[in-house]
Amino acid sequence: MEISTPVSSDVVRKLRVGEIVYISGEIITARDKAHVRALEFIKSGKKLPISFNNAVIYHCGPLVQKVGKDWIVISAGPTTSARMNRATKELLNYVDSIVIVGKGGMDISEEIKGKGVYLAYTGGAGALAANAIKRVKEVHWLDLGMPEAIWVFEVEMFGPCIVAIDSYGNSLYDEVKRRVEENFRKMMESDKAD
Amino acid sequence: MIQKSLSIKASMPTYDEVVETVVELFKKAETELSDDVVRALKRAYEEEDNEIAKMNLEAILKNIEIAKTKKIPMCQDTGLPIVFVELGKELCLDFDLVKAIKEGVVRATKEVPLRPNAVHPITRENTGNNIGMHMPQINVDLVDGDELKITVMPKGAGSENCSALKMMLPSDVDKIKRFVVEVVKNAGGKPCPPIFVGVGIGSTFEGCAKLAKKALLRNVNDMNEFELEILNAVNGLGIGAMGLGGRITALAVLIEYGHCHTASLPIAVNIQCWANRRASAVLR
Repeated sequence: MEISTPVSSDVVRKLRVGEIVYISGEIITARDKAHVRALEFIKSGKKLPISFNNAVIYHCGPLVQKVGKDWIVISAGPTTSARMNRATKELLNYVDSIVIVGKGGMDISEEIKGKGVYLAYTGGAGALAANAIKRVKEVHWLDLGMPEAIWVFEVEMFGPCIVAIDSYGNSLYDEVKRRVEENFRKMMESDKAD
Repeated sequence: MIQKSLSIKASMPTYDEVVETVVELFKKAETELSDDVVRALKRAYEEEDNEIAKMNLEAILKNIEIAKTKKIPMCQDTGLPIVFVELGKELCLDFDLVKAIKEGVVRATKEVPLRPNAVHPITRENTGNNIGMHMPQINVDLVDGDELKITVMPKGAGSENCSALKMMLPSDVDKIKRFVVEVVKNAGGKPCPPIFVGVGIGSTFEGCAKLAKKALLRNVNDMNEFELEILNAVNGLGIGAMGLGGRITALAVLIEYGHCHTASLPIAVNIQCWANRRASAVLR
């Protein structure tokens, strides 16, 4: 299904794990350093250059190139979301609703309840992702470096994204993890028996 | 010896040739995967029956095609510049090889382009051109002959962060397989599976890590019995492409060995994402 930004909490609540989603509209990149600074801003009452509330936050450090006055997105796949676990748990206290796009999953199935969804985009598919990014609308905090800055992208049918954690706390990653641990345990037991 | 080789060889690789080669190799590695890696990915797509995993593999194959056609980096994490040099003993270079490789990396950063990834470990300040202290990482091996072989391996952090090293006990030989499988299990979906697993067994603390990385340079479809046994176990975990479940978690397990001290058994597991990017050239 296609979702457009800003994503209302009604739409967020409709999304269930396993569903395939394509995003059109505006997405905002943020990774390690941007999360830390955003939280500093929020806590000290400073205005963020762009609001994280009702936004689509993309865990991505894009490869961009300046051509004349314009920024061109060359490759922009997702980065490992787990690095943002701690910051995201905190950030969720300050937003009504949020859509997070990343890869590898997060440990936020409790905190995200009633607030947001986590969408998984294919890791490493940076050229494919860049195809769906139509232009760079804004860039903030470039002093953090190209990968760590906040990039605001206009996207069209950005996907396929898989709903991997929904707003009811269901997580595909938790399910897979349970099965993997079980498989590992059985494997090691039968190895001992050999 | 130097006199002799000088008299035989009229021409030697030049500074400019090395710079140019390094730029070209990064361009190739970042935009195009080698045949063996593409073949392994296509086979995984055929063999996978989990729907979500198959969709991810399809996206990966599509992505590879776009990158190759448009000549753009397949992943925005263009990695850290890792360079392997095989220096023929009969060669006599009259220039600074390290400087030439560094210049190649700086130029590649602008021309490919590469994302500036190299930062100071403490201040986290980005140098902006992918060079810095011990960066690029240059590994030199002296080999027979009169050739200069340069291999580049841009390595992303997502998979590198999931790697592990253990100084095992000499009596733990039968626990090697368990350690490798456990490292993959703990990594889950973080290193962008389906992954390649480079393993170094033996040598020393730093030696086994080097061996594990070098193993990733091998043809990924050429595995021996022990490697296939571990691959089988790894794929029994069910992590799948991108960690969302599936039959194929790894495409290859590749092991390199080194003699070690009678009192030790070092083992390193270097995880590589599906984008096992590397490219080589030989200069004479």
